Amino acid sequence: MSAQVPELEVRDFSSVSPQKPWKLSPREVAINASTILIALILSPIIVQVTPLKGKLGLVLTFILVAMVGNIVLSFLRQGVQAIGNSIASTFIYLAAGLVLLPVASIFFTVIMRGYHALRINTFTQDMSVTQSDGPYTEGGALHAILGTLMLVLIASLISVPIGILTALYLTEVKGRAEGLIRFLVQAMSGVPSIVAGLFIYSVLIVGAGGHYSGFAGALSLSILMLPTVARTAEEVLKLIPRDLREAGVALGGTQWRTVVMVVVPAARSGIVTAIILGVARVAGETAPLLLTILGSTTTHLNPTDAPISALPLYTFNLLRTGLNVAIDRAWTGALVLMILVLILFVLARLASGRKK
Amino acid sequence: MSTPTSAPLQSEIPPAREIILTRRFSDRVFRGVVTAGGFVSLVVLGLIALFLASRSIDIFKTFGFHFITGFKWDSGDPDNGIAPVLGIGAMLIGTIVTAVVGLVIALPVSVGMALFLEYYMPIRLKKSLTMVIDLMAAIPSVIFGLWGFFVLMPHAIYWAKLLHKYFGWIPFLDVQAPIFERSPFIAGLVLSIMIIPIVTSISREVFSQVPLDRIQAAYALGATRWTMIKAVVLPFGSSGIAGGAMLGLGRAMGETVAVYLVLNLYFQPNFQVLFSAGGSVASMIVTKFGEAGQLELQGLMAAGLVLFIVTLIINFLSNMIVKRTSRTGN
Repeated sequence: MSAQVPELEVRDFSSVSPQKPWKLSPREVAINASTILIALILSPIIVQVTPLKGKLGLVLTFILVAMVGNIVLSFLRQGVQAIGNSIASTFIYLAAGLVLLPVASIFFTVIMRGYHALRINTFTQDMSVTQSDGPYTEGGALHAILGTLMLVLIASLISVPIGILTALYLTEVKGRAEGLIRFLVQAMSGVPSIVAGLFIYSVLIVGAGGHYSGFAGALSLSILMLPTVARTAEEVLKLIPRDLREAGVALGGTQWRTVVMVVVPAARSGIVTAIILGVARVAGETAPLLLTILGSTTTHLNPTDAPISALPLYTFNLLRTGLNVAIDRAWTGALVLMILVLILFVLARLASGRKK
Repeated sequence: MSTPTSAPLQSEIPPAREIILTRRFSDRVFRGVVTAGGFVSLVVLGLIALFLASRSIDIFKTFGFHFITGFKWDSGDPDNGIAPVLGIGAMLIGTIVTAVVGLVIALPVSVGMALFLEYYMPIRLKKSLTMVIDLMAAIPSVIFGLWGFFVLMPHAIYWAKLLHKYFGWIPFLDVQAPIFERSPFIAGLVLSIMIIPIVTSISREVFSQVPLDRIQAAYALGATRWTMIKAVVLPFGSSGIAGGAMLGLGRAMGETVAVYLVLNLYFQPNFQVLFSAGGSVASMIVTKFGEAGQLELQGLMAAGLVLFIVTLIINFLSNMIVKRTSRTGN
């Protein structure tokens, strides 16, 4: 029998594209869009006719009309089962809208109202010779900006090493108390910020007979920062493959050489993220600062001897005066604070993204 | 074929190496340092409890249990012979009321948002929207307070009036007098926005652990997206959602500055959430701190201790619940 090689049937697949039955056809998209359009047109009319009034009435009517339209459509298309599905979809889209709306509103208001009193002197002058209701062209938040930077720097110097050590204890040493420490770090992240402030106040300012100072503020912030750094660093260290550690030990390294020269460098960008997230967590804290640094109107760079100011506290104290100009300044303080937090946030994203 | 060197080689086999099981000195130092660092959190938490307790021991000696159950906060007037009476009962009730209002609003929205992120969102957009939630968690509380007072409150008063008008017959939506500013309702709204990120991200975390085969099985049996969520995702994630909600409750109870700006403190228990009278232990501490005398200061320390213990308990419970879910998930 001579083996005849069967002729291979050559089919041309280039013209066949995969089907995507879940994708909406243009016709369906048009129907969906027109439902929303009809709801948009119909709801103002309903509001005019019925006793419902105002923006709230309009929004509620729009949601209702859109939902009814959606229900009718899905019933016509897919039957009774689809009704529940479309109601649920409406609510879930609504929930997403309800989350995003306040965020957008907060950003919009802080930028618009903060911009109002923003001048060059916001960054170059302090409030030592300016009344809080003085003109915008005088005075600024320099003392608060420097205060925040100082507080954050000292708090990081305290809590970053301890936070990383805690994370190393949980991932590398894994001592007998691992479960307890993990639990305590989580408990610590739930400590209300005002309690951290009260604690430092009772120890340093009442107990040790000290006075309000940047150092006290930084200590209270480091209590709040420590769990954030420890937990994020722990997550990152957990991701480092076991092989790396084993390789380090197999090359004759002691555990400490392995950790310092292999594990930590491998997790470097993640640890940077942990630090930045910790900083972002405490940069906006107000409550503990009220009890520890008290607030001030002058630029003061010694962290140990006198009250200082910080951006959140600057905003809060100006707000408490109740004067219109002061409130404008408070919004500007909020804007500067927000920009600071945003920069930290973007830095954290960049640092953690670079690894992948 | 034996090589001439084989015999001498055999005799050169070194004796078995001694295996040292004790750690080197450098490692012992390293482990000691790291362990010491790990125990800092224990020390700090212990010190917080110890110091606040030692400062407030006189208060509990003087007022006893009435400090927690009493409603009156009066620093007294020694010249006129009025004895001081300190009690945080109303503040404690108020803290719970505002936090619960916040949670009731935040929970459905957060779960909806988490479902949206996991199951309704195109994957391309999912990452950026998750980032928005993370960013929301990073907004400073003073900004929430500022925004809540100037932007949200005018709207919220209008909503409160509507709620009162149509649902006033429900006892807790009634008001003694038509004053709607700075009510527990408004504070709860602000708190809900502040805890939405944490409840959302914990719920989403749990939802992302739902086994894919169960989801696909549900779809294969003809489930719509909602019936799949109802039958698979929500039962799987329910205790995770509960844990996240508890964690949010703990956050809401400890919130200070934002609540201070949008809540009117009033030393009587008030369950009418739309009425302008509420309580919050944390913002009471800030309010009374400036003009507090020696005794009042101790009272504030005691209030801080109570708040510390309450949030610790709530955090403990929520961590237990979340942990249990992630274990049964695998």
